[in-house]
Amino acid sequence: MAGFTFSRRSALAAGTGILAGLRPGHAPAQGAPIKVGELNSYARMAAFAMPYRNAIQLAVDQINQAGGVMGGRPLEFVFRDDGSTPGDAVRVAEDLLTREGCAFLAGTFLSNVGLAVSDLANQRKKLFLATEPLTDALTMAQGNRYTWRLRPGTYMQTRMVVEAARGKTAKRWAIVAPNYEYGQSAAANFKKLIGSAIPGAEIVAEQYPALGRVDAGATVGALAQARPDGIFNVLFGPDLTAFVREGNTRGLFERRLVLSLLTGEPEYMLPLGDECPDGWIVTGYPWEQVQDAPHKAFIEAYRARFNDTPRKGSVLGYVTAQVVASMLNKANSTETEAMVDALADLPTQTIVGNVTMRALDHQGTMGTWVGETVLRGRTGTMRNARYADGANYLFPEDEVRAARPRS
Amino acid sequence: MDFGFLVVQSLSGLASASSLFVIASGLTLVFGVTRIVNFAHGSFYMLGAYMAVTVVPWLLDFDRSPLLFFTGVLVSAAVVGVLGVVMEVLLLRRLYKVPELFQLLATFGVVLMVQDAVLWIWGPVEIPGPRAPGLRHGVEILGQRFPAYELFLICVGPAVLGLLWLLMHRTRFGILIRAATRDREMVGALGVNQALLFTGTLFLGAFLAGLGGALQIPRVSANSQMDLSIITEAFVVTVIGGMGSVPGAFLAAVIIGQLNSFGVLIFPKITLVLVFLLMAVVLVVKPWGLLGRPEPAAGRAALPEGILATPRFGLWEKVILAVVLAATLAVPVFGDAYTVKVATEVLIFALAAFSLNFLVGNGGIVSFGHAAYFGLGAYAAGLLVTKGGFAMEPALIAAPLAGAAFAALFGFFVVRLTGIYLAMLTLAFAQIAYAVCFQWVEVTGGDNGVVGVWPSAWARSREVFHYLVAGCCILGIAALRHVIYAPFGATLRAARDSEQRADAIGIDVRMHRWLAFTLAGAAAGLAGGLYAFSKGSIDPTLLAIPMSIDFLAMLLLGGMQTVMGAVAGAAAFHTIKDFFMPLTDHWRFFLGASIIALVLIFPRGLSGAYGALRRRA
Repeated sequence: MAGFTFSRRSALAAGTGILAGLRPGHAPAQGAPIKVGELNSYARMAAFAMPYRNAIQLAVDQINQAGGVMGGRPLEFVFRDDGSTPGDAVRVAEDLLTREGCAFLAGTFLSNVGLAVSDLANQRKKLFLATEPLTDALTMAQGNRYTWRLRPGTYMQTRMVVEAARGKTAKRWAIVAPNYEYGQSAAANFKKLIGSAIPGAEIVAEQYPALGRVDAGATVGALAQARPDGIFNVLFGPDLTAFVREGNTRGLFERRLVLSLLTGEPEYMLPLGDECPDGWIVTGYPWEQVQDAPHKAFIEAYRARFNDTPRKGSVLGYVTAQVVASMLNKANSTETEAMVDALADLPTQTIVGNVTMRALDHQGTMGTWVGETVLRGRTGTMRNARYADGANYLFPEDEVRAARPRS
Repeated sequence: MDFGFLVVQSLSGLASASSLFVIASGLTLVFGVTRIVNFAHGSFYMLGAYMAVTVVPWLLDFDRSPLLFFTGVLVSAAVVGVLGVVMEVLLLRRLYKVPELFQLLATFGVVLMVQDAVLWIWGPVEIPGPRAPGLRHGVEILGQRFPAYELFLICVGPAVLGLLWLLMHRTRFGILIRAATRDREMVGALGVNQALLFTGTLFLGAFLAGLGGALQIPRVSANSQMDLSIITEAFVVTVIGGMGSVPGAFLAAVIIGQLNSFGVLIFPKITLVLVFLLMAVVLVVKPWGLLGRPEPAAGRAALPEGILATPRFGLWEKVILAVVLAATLAVPVFGDAYTVKVATEVLIFALAAFSLNFLVGNGGIVSFGHAAYFGLGAYAAGLLVTKGGFAMEPALIAAPLAGAAFAALFGFFVVRLTGIYLAMLTLAFAQIAYAVCFQWVEVTGGDNGVVGVWPSAWARSREVFHYLVAGCCILGIAALRHVIYAPFGATLRAARDSEQRADAIGIDVRMHRWLAFTLAGAAAGLAGGLYAFSKGSIDPTLLAIPMSIDFLAMLLLGGMQTVMGAVAGAAAFHTIKDFFMPLTDHWRFFLGASIIALVLIFPRGLSGAYGALRRRA
């Protein structure tokens, strides 16, 4: 386990980069930079992607000040817009790999873009560290040797909110989800899992409005008509705002338990403003309640540099850079096979605690916060929030073996 | 289901219908007078919402009164109306003399620029608007709670309809609008100041779009994607109602509102396609929409738009052709890996755009849904390889066959129509095909698509694949070009220029158009198949509306009057996009600005400019 101790030491250096940057006598990184090709939906998903890119830049600067990676070489991220379609993304990925000479690829937001880039990586035998795409297919049915995913996927997040509802009495459930892969697979996971958390639970209504164009009045009416005890919501962004406003006015959420994915993230909580509902069980990021010292240091550095509060995307961006640094230090090479081997079961001490890239399904154990929504002042936040470590919500091992293609 | 629920659900539908009508009425007025398919209408809607979330909270700081709220809404709409005037004066006015389709391209450039301008001014985070003072609460109706603001919205639609009726029947401006909608040339001949009339109509249209957006702020937050989500629906409403008909738009909006609000009860997953199914059915049964009238120019021998002359290649053209061919073949030798990749894509898009020009320029069949055949070809090839276990070679034969088969199926209905209605029916079929690919998850992989569509081992390197694509595309373009010069192509042009005369000399116009549609579908299918293998994956974005618009943009940039223009347009469009995308996050702004610049500098496309140069030389 020599590699393990080595990586832990270097990971520690990366993890405490904020302090390391101030340490006197530590030479900044020198030599040819190691380039990482980062592609994301910067134009179309700017609300997520900008804080994400900011945090990566923050992390990279700190890492480089602290001496860089692989014994002193600077780390560099090359950021590109992926055009939000698989066709554009694949071309941009080729550009990053060939013309820009990037060692490997990272990023993407939309699931179909993530899958297309993942398959390109498999074809070209290049590493791809998917950060944001949530689809389970990326690590399960369409997983491959060269693709790894950092963020908890749809299954993991659904399981987190469902287990938080354990012991509740709501038996009749309604589902509302955007009509694309993320919504459909969150709904399917919910149907699979809710029975184990609440015995006897049944689904009484399902609504799948088209992404970005929910007809909130009709949808709320249809849900209320089924008289559910609980609602599982997967809507986010503008759809969520419209749905919550309509639901508040029509009293849809009164005396009902609501489970909701991602709603506690500042990206989606801020636009709700004082319409933020009370007592929904959500996954999110209550940054102002964080107590961990490294994480607090990150938040302070982020606020000082960008004059803005961190978003969930910022945490993901920072952790991405930390995991990348840790992987490069362990592999000590930018050769693809060495990097892939280095990622297998690689633990990294990050601002959210330990994140291990599980070798079995190439899924990171980064977690997220689970809690209840509450309105404080004019904006919503979370109460009783706790960090749910992704390690406890991974797919069961036998399911992974059955789903992943044999290499 | 109890009665109260049905009433309330129907009221929800009416509230949506009312909002939709306000927007669509502006679109239909602008189209009626100017004949411009104004893609930027959705942008005006979005700007209205953003203006309102900026102005209204500021006004409400003085006093939380309903009066100030609605003042803010009207002010926002007026500001957007002025922006409409700016677009007319600076851009559209310079383009009234060029083919109508070209103005569509210009408005598309505006859409791209506004999208990034909004992100730049207001930031990427969605902005929720304030609730309307006095209308925050819910009202009990038959035991169900219903938002008071939506009751108010239900009244707005008929009010706008009434005001528009008064305007159209009681004012000189309105009478001129109606006259211009019936026969624009006649209005011009009678000495009416057309420039003023057009400017006024654009103000009214943009005002209504802005009003629609501003009225939405208590319900939805202003966000940078609301333009594209509304524009297709607004088009559907205007087409179902009959382009240019305001009462028709009202009727269509009510039908669609009810369809949506009850549709979600019966088919919760099909909302995506329900309205397009309705549009397809309406157009097949009533080719001019519910309350529309036949286009006045339909019976007339209109000034033809599209390919006019089919000159043989002269010396210069032969030299250019030789250089281009040599460059295409030399790219893998001299260019780096990425240049090869881009060149491969340009070739594929050139074939697709050329096949579209075969329809638009040569046949006068304007297709807004050409990506359907491109995408279906890609799906046929991709599914054969991944699910059927076939190799690349048979899959590449299947791709054009699939494109042709679906083009034949859809084309059978499409060629019965003309003009804008035909274009909208192609769009409807493309959206239906898109929805099937999107929804049929078991087979098509849903919106994630299917990955693993890679070429056979021998063609796997970028260079070899480039030569394969070059071979297919050059042969495809040459074959289509041959058809344009053949009697079949001449017959299509005859039918395009005067359907009646062509009919009178014994040409079966529909049959010829149908065959042309099928042939173009086959070529697009082949391009789609090649594209799938170049990307390694298939997914619904291949047959989505933006892809169809890209093809149109390529064709128009190149110039639809010349045979080879589409090829130049594909190269130009793809190169501009590829140039700006890595440079800045705001690449859409620069892409849009480039399109507008090219439209203004070369109002007949790149090849039109070349033609002018040749004639002068």
